[in-house]
Amino acid sequence: MLDATTAPPLLKIDALEAWYGESHVLHGVGIEVRQGEVVTLLGRNGAGKTTTLRSIMGLVGRRTGSIAYEGREMIGLRSDLIARAGIGYCPEERGIFASLDVTENLMLPPVVRAGGLDLPTIYALFPNLKERARSPGTKLSGGEQQMLAIARILRTGARLLLLDEPTEGLAPVIVQQIGAMIREIKQRGFTVLLVEQNFRFAQTVADRHYVMEHGRVVDMVPNSDMASNVERLHEYLGV
Amino acid sequence: MVLGLVNGAFYALLSLGLAVIFGMLNVVNFSHGALFMMGAFVAWMLLNWLGIGYWWALLLSPLIVGTFGVLLERLMISRLYKLGHLYGMLLTFGLGLIIEGVFRNEFGSSGLPYSPPPEFRALTVDFGFMILPGYRAWVVLASLIVCLATWVVIEKTRLGSYLRAATERAELVQAFGINVPRMITLTYGGGVALAAFAGVLAAPIYSVNPNMGSNFIITVFAVVVIGGMGSILGSVVTGFALGMIEGFARVVYPEASATVVFVIMAVVLLTRPAGLFGRA
Repeated sequence: MLDATTAPPLLKIDALEAWYGESHVLHGVGIEVRQGEVVTLLGRNGAGKTTTLRSIMGLVGRRTGSIAYEGREMIGLRSDLIARAGIGYCPEERGIFASLDVTENLMLPPVVRAGGLDLPTIYALFPNLKERARSPGTKLSGGEQQMLAIARILRTGARLLLLDEPTEGLAPVIVQQIGAMIREIKQRGFTVLLVEQNFRFAQTVADRHYVMEHGRVVDMVPNSDMASNVERLHEYLGV
Repeated sequence: MVLGLVNGAFYALLSLGLAVIFGMLNVVNFSHGALFMMGAFVAWMLLNWLGIGYWWALLLSPLIVGTFGVLLERLMISRLYKLGHLYGMLLTFGLGLIIEGVFRNEFGSSGLPYSPPPEFRALTVDFGFMILPGYRAWVVLASLIVCLATWVVIEKTRLGSYLRAATERAELVQAFGINVPRMITLTYGGGVALAAFAGVLAAPIYSVNPNMGSNFIITVFAVVVIGGMGSILGSVVTGFALGMIEGFARVVYPEASATVVFVIMAVVLLTRPAGLFGRA
């Protein structure tokens, strides 16, 4: 298990239950993410990975349990206040706005804290975004939209980034670029909670993996043990 | 035609307010006409009760009525967002009737005079082919300026990008740390202030009476439908264009002037259901 002498976790979720209307989606999820880690949530479709991220952001109808960020309880907060506490969210459908151009999309999330990347750094990391600054956001390719969706939360000073399946539907070469980018932002001190279905990709970027099934966390595998657990993961993910 | 242009100026301002509100709240604000009327009445009250003249009223009345709109949104309309469109429509329709009823009770329905500011009395603008009384020229100019300013705010500023984004996906905008409920309230207040501004502009032209809103608002809804629900540019362009078409009809075939707008609306709905400038 985790070393008890390390600092308290940046994000600690305990006994999290969540509902969409009448349907009870999460049943007591517990995860921890430490400062500077890249942690994935693996699992099949419908296991509750996306709902876990949405619950952290306060985007589900009802939730109970505990979500502590930097030791502060967030479960009752409105989603704009959760974002302002320093959590950046990149949704599964990327959430690029069609009526905003690339620059407006990039500048949309307000800066919540000092210490975000400045524009020159972001353009250096994502040169395409600079070239296409005036295009409508949704005229970008899928990969470019994904880059934009991640770039705009790097600007805000958020320290914890929630990325929901950033590789979904992208060509392998773009997936590699996204992987390189996640390693780059980890080096810059960001903490990442990543939802993935593709555990081969997850293996190339993450420190630890939580496995979810039916709205529960059923396993935690450190990345160093991935190789010896391939069989088990195959079973969980049904691949 | 001249009268058409002036009417067009009011259509543009009113449908602009409706479009802004609809885009953000998804509520068709049926009390818009009543709030327009209220704008004119507030100007009248400022003058007759407090001695505050036209120019200050042009600023104060939108602020006062806009604040009233903020209260309406906070206390009542905001409770209906989780329900369907129909409820917001019914509520605002009812509110409009109540507001009109209160004013009719208080002031009767015969109308109160409000004279144009003295600056315009002797002024006319000569275009060569027509002569426009100074005040009416001012109405057209003021409407154009305010429409343009609104467009610039929405299309070119940071605040405007929040508004456009929230129109697409309010939930996500909020998850980026923007207080969307407050933005919605201010948008409603802003749209209402536009109606009140139009009301003050209208006060010296039409007599100030409790029905002045309902006379306008039917046509304005047609303008909004033709322009495309929620389209800013559409409502401004269509507002002016329809005012002129209506004025033109009044000259060549007066019997048609009251119906031409609705004929156009029917044709547009049949051929382009999303409106001329609407996104389907």
